[in-house]
Amino acid sequence: MSNGRQSRFLFITTCFGIAFLYIPMIMLIIYSFNKSKIVPIWGGFSTKWYGVLFASEEVWESVTLSLKVAVVNACFATILGTLAGLALVRFGRFKGRTLFSGMISAPLVMPEVITGLSLLLMFITLKEFIGWPDKRGFTTITIAHITFSMAYVAVIIQSRLAGMAQDLEEAAQDLGAKPLRVLIDITLPLLAPGMVAGWLLSFTLSLDDLIIASFVSGPGAVTLPMLIYSRVRLGLRPDINALATIIILVVAIGVLLAAWIMFRQQKQRELELSMSEEN
Amino acid sequence: MNEADKISHISLADRLNHVLQHHWKRLIVFIPYFWLFVFFLAPFFIVLKISLSEAIIASPPFKPMLNWAEEGIMQIRVVVDNYAYLWEDDLYVKTYLNSLKISTISTILCLLLGYPIAYAIVRSSHTTKHILLMLIILPFWTSFLLRVYAWMGLLADQGTINNLLISLGVIDDPIRLLYSEFAVYVGIVYTYVPFMILPLYANMEKLDWTLLEAAADLGAKPMTTFFTVTLPMTTPGIIAGALLVFIPATGEFVIPDLLGGGNVLMIGRLLYNEFNANVDWPVASAVAMVLLVVLVLPMMLYQHIQSKETEG
Amino acid sequence: MSQPIDYNDRPWMDPDAEPFIRVQSVSKHFGDFTAVDSVDLEIYKGELFSLLGGSGCGKTTLLRMLAGFEDPSAGNIFIDGVNMNDVPPYERPVNMMFQSYALFPHMTVENNVAYGLKRDGLPASDIAQKVEEVLAMVELTRFRKRKPHQLSGGQRQRVALARALVKQPKVLLLDEPLGALDKRLREQAQFELMNLQDQLGVTFVVVTHDQEEAMTLSTRIAIMDNGRFMQIGTPTEIYEFPQSRLVANFIGNANMFEGRITENGPDHVVVESKEVDCEFYIDHGLSIQEGSKVWVALRPEKISISKGTPASGPTNTLKGMVHGIGYLGGTSTYRVQVGDRLIEITSPNQNRPKDGNPPIEWDEEVYLSWEASSSVVLSK
Repeated sequence: MSNGRQSRFLFITTCFGIAFLYIPMIMLIIYSFNKSKIVPIWGGFSTKWYGVLFASEEVWESVTLSLKVAVVNACFATILGTLAGLALVRFGRFKGRTLFSGMISAPLVMPEVITGLSLLLMFITLKEFIGWPDKRGFTTITIAHITFSMAYVAVIIQSRLAGMAQDLEEAAQDLGAKPLRVLIDITLPLLAPGMVAGWLLSFTLSLDDLIIASFVSGPGAVTLPMLIYSRVRLGLRPDINALATIIILVVAIGVLLAAWIMFRQQKQRELELSMSEEN
Repeated sequence: MNEADKISHISLADRLNHVLQHHWKRLIVFIPYFWLFVFFLAPFFIVLKISLSEAIIASPPFKPMLNWAEEGIMQIRVVVDNYAYLWEDDLYVKTYLNSLKISTISTILCLLLGYPIAYAIVRSSHTTKHILLMLIILPFWTSFLLRVYAWMGLLADQGTINNLLISLGVIDDPIRLLYSEFAVYVGIVYTYVPFMILPLYANMEKLDWTLLEAAADLGAKPMTTFFTVTLPMTTPGIIAGALLVFIPATGEFVIPDLLGGGNVLMIGRLLYNEFNANVDWPVASAVAMVLLVVLVLPMMLYQHIQSKETEG
Repeated sequence: MSQPIDYNDRPWMDPDAEPFIRVQSVSKHFGDFTAVDSVDLEIYKGELFSLLGGSGCGKTTLLRMLAGFEDPSAGNIFIDGVNMNDVPPYERPVNMMFQSYALFPHMTVENNVAYGLKRDGLPASDIAQKVEEVLAMVELTRFRKRKPHQLSGGQRQRVALARALVKQPKVLLLDEPLGALDKRLREQAQFELMNLQDQLGVTFVVVTHDQEEAMTLSTRIAIMDNGRFMQIGTPTEIYEFPQSRLVANFIGNANMFEGRITENGPDHVVVESKEVDCEFYIDHGLSIQEGSKVWVALRPEKISISKGTPASGPTNTLKGMVHGIGYLGGTSTYRVQVGDRLIEITSPNQNRPKDGNPPIEWDEEVYLSWEASSSVVLSK
């Protein structure tokens, strides 16, 4: 294949790939405005399904629960994941490091049915022995989410730390800062962007989780994915299309906003750099 | 006042501060360690335990662990029972093998689609690169469940694809797309291809592309360059991406359930059904243990690659 | 005979002086690899001491041991009489200027410089005053509120220096301080650094791979290779009296001839070499046995090149043919073929002949000659 044909092949594949990724989502959005109850058969334009969606108490309850779980999960997971990442990269060889390293990376690839099942059985056993958790719901779902979210945060933190040259921390020590001080003054502030990324990732993963929540939840605690799943496994439903559209739009706005902020920051840096050159 | 009095006057705050100053490193390790041990590792042992017990009609539906000592002999028989049951009943073996087959083929499909895309992103200009990456990542942030649902709408008998084909006159009756193995493949590739693209991209970004120019300069045709230079250089990325797709896909539940219907046997669904519908927790646990054993080697391989990345 | 030595300028020559930094049989192993191999070193107060060597010679490792970032595998390090074993970097009276400057990117110039003082627990007013003084000294006062990424390379270097000096350490360690600067800035920075050191009287220990830099800046230089010191001395001593071929070749250039000592008298030595057909006559005695294998090192600038027969006689004279000329403006470098050897000569271009022809041309026959005191005899 010559270089010209190679470029064309790459271009076509990429276009196909992007189309493949987006067409289903676009169809979802289009059919949310379908008057007809049978989703893929167009019956005219209507926004009534959005009305149905907003009127449903079930939906609001599950949205609230999911958001609460996601926020609490993101906060704890960021803290735990950062601690884990720090320990793995900066603390050299300590006793039990291999096991720790294994435990922190396994959740990334472990099939969710296994994690979900094992956690449920754990909660039941705990209840037998110490009487807690009494009822499964918000607490158990949050604990389960924290457990796998922290693994993702740890990966992000580890990669940021690995890319951070040690000389900044050494310079701080040289100037009189004890190791704990170095952590607070230098390492953590520089890790902050990674921690933000970790928080957002944990938040998203929690909102999206179905399997694990299904396993460890209890009566009355229905998360948004659980609700959606129970409705769609019976077939297509236009109010779910409406919900999907809202979620896609929120995410799209969020991502574009983030991209725009990063773009602005980049431009600002370039301006400052050229300013310093002139001096 | 004497020494003893002085010591007793050290406040709790001072004590805590002392502990923090001297043992902060241990604390940092201990907190996540403890959490993971209790909520990740220990549960597996419980699954193991339960997979070795008997199912009873009760809540919870298995014999409590405290009976272990008394019924020593009976327990040994039961070990064989649950796992033997898995082996004897055709269904389980078939489902395991089918899951492996589907996840392997899906991984290959993801690779075929994802590799050129990752390559294209790396070779594009600075702005285009960021736009493309954003486009690839954006779906990842939306709901996985809803994206699978989207395919239900496309593949259904009354769905968009069938409607299109009928209106174009290509076919007269709708073809069975949904509730088939084909739909499962589409679903897995659709949801997992970003997991293939990103590690590939990360790997390709760090490579020295002048090596390709050197090869061309030495007379290698583009195809040769690809197989002798590019492919070997990107192998770590391929392996990482493949593991990130293969391992979770093997245990997938939602996709075979929503897109495969009853027709497609995958182990994730089977486990879920054993657990919920049949309420046979010991067997479900045994299913989970076997799945874990099957996946342990790939998982260790993945962990090995990851630790090399951070140390290197 | 000679004047009394001024010990203020050359404290290492005073037998009563106590070294400020003493490195005692220090080694550092990384697994199988020995980075520093049982070295001894004495650095006196007020010196600007350079550790010079190529990459991997161990100089940076030694510097890091002085700073406290590495622990010696064996041996002791004393600073101002205190053994530094088990003393962590944040408790040493030593500050370091890093090769990458290591400025804290999330802090302003002011806060970067103040960081060390804050760790000492000084009152805010004292800190503010000291920071102001040191910023004025490095001429960065109007940049105090900027962040590192808003500064040029030279400015960042000065911030790093200010930050290290504001704590008035007893010893300042500098790791390739001028390496990142371009040539124009580097020369200026070299003199600024020397002036600063002179003014403050702080003991500087500099690590560098740049021999010109080491020669310009230092009171004394230690040349390191494979974890060992090859020679320690003033720039003049190292250049004029190298103790081994390695050192002779490391600093500047040297024409090296292998030969044997044929005469060893109380006030002269004669060396015969198979490589060229003249005898080397050296005008002082040596404690090397007659008949030993030695090398004679002859620096390019010490050789005179002429078209006419020189007055020096049969010894220290060679005849050859000009093989190459490099005209460098202020000097010219000649490569002259003598037998199998190509000998390098450097000559200043003084007083061009009025007819415009260069004094010596390619393929001309020329005579090379040098003084009896010009060559150095090396036994290793």
